[in-house]
Amino acid sequence: MTLSKYITGFVLSLVLTLLAYFIVVGGASGWWLIPALGVLALVQMIVQLIFFLHLGEEAKPRWKIMSFLFMAGALTIVVAGSIWIMANMNYNMLHMSADEKESYMLKQFDKGF
Amino acid sequence: MSSATEVAEEKFLLNKTTLGFWLYLMTDCLLFATLFATYVVMRDATAGGPDGAHIFEMPLILAETIILLVSSFTCGLVLIALKAGKIRQMLIAFALTFVLGVAFLSIELYEFIKLIGEGYGPQRSGFLSAFFTLVGTHGLHITIGLLWLLVLVGVLFKRGLTSKLSRQITLFALFWHFLDLVWIFIFTIVYLMGVMK
Repeated sequence: MTLSKYITGFVLSLVLTLLAYFIVVGGASGWWLIPALGVLALVQMIVQLIFFLHLGEEAKPRWKIMSFLFMAGALTIVVAGSIWIMANMNYNMLHMSADEKESYMLKQFDKGF
Repeated sequence: MSSATEVAEEKFLLNKTTLGFWLYLMTDCLLFATLFATYVVMRDATAGGPDGAHIFEMPLILAETIILLVSSFTCGLVLIALKAGKIRQMLIAFALTFVLGVAFLSIELYEFIKLIGEGYGPQRSGFLSAFFTLVGTHGLHITIGLLWLLVLVGVLFKRGLTSKLSRQITLFALFWHFLDLVWIFIFTIVYLMGVMK
């Protein structure tokens, strides 16, 4: 835990934030934009974990890293699973009108899903 | 007790309390994960109301982001001063962190009040409900952090720098850095991905 570590973390975070901001405000578009922003956010997360939260400095057994990885796994399941399921549901109902959707949902409900 | 065992004891206590607090932070991460999942699912459910591109004022959000990042840095300065035993420097860093935290919270409240004033409150659409819940929960954490900071400084003035207090200051710094970490994802997923073309 030294001043130079905090300065490194701060400068890297600032650069990554500004980079992401100006890519978006500059009006960029394309399929690569969301993955690129995601990567920039993940890199900044790792920078802050190392330089601000001092992850990886503890002695063995490394409970902090283990609990972090476990949390990251649960987080991925919750977020990716929700997006996957809900996007599929919307996609499968796209061809129905609002009334059709409602009667379909009521029928499903009667069946007990 | 010799001073060598005292030092070892102190280190053991610090590791133990830090690990416990770290586990709390991991559960807090999962709370935010569910809110992020909800937000991403509700993102397009605008019910004829505004979407992100209409309501987000990006220069202001960038300012907010940088203010929080600087406060995370000054919070690191608190720890460095604590380690060096320089109480005066620590108080200055505490004050900077507090002022920056209040500035961050003021910008967020300004945004919320403006949106509600325009009729775009949380009841307007699923998107806005999810937005207010996610960003508001982060703001609530910041508010609690600021109150915690005041309590720590109060105890410091009353009892001086005890070993218990210095452990609590370490935990506070962890909490504050963690809130900046969560904000990276709010900034990226809510704001940047909300206004991009």
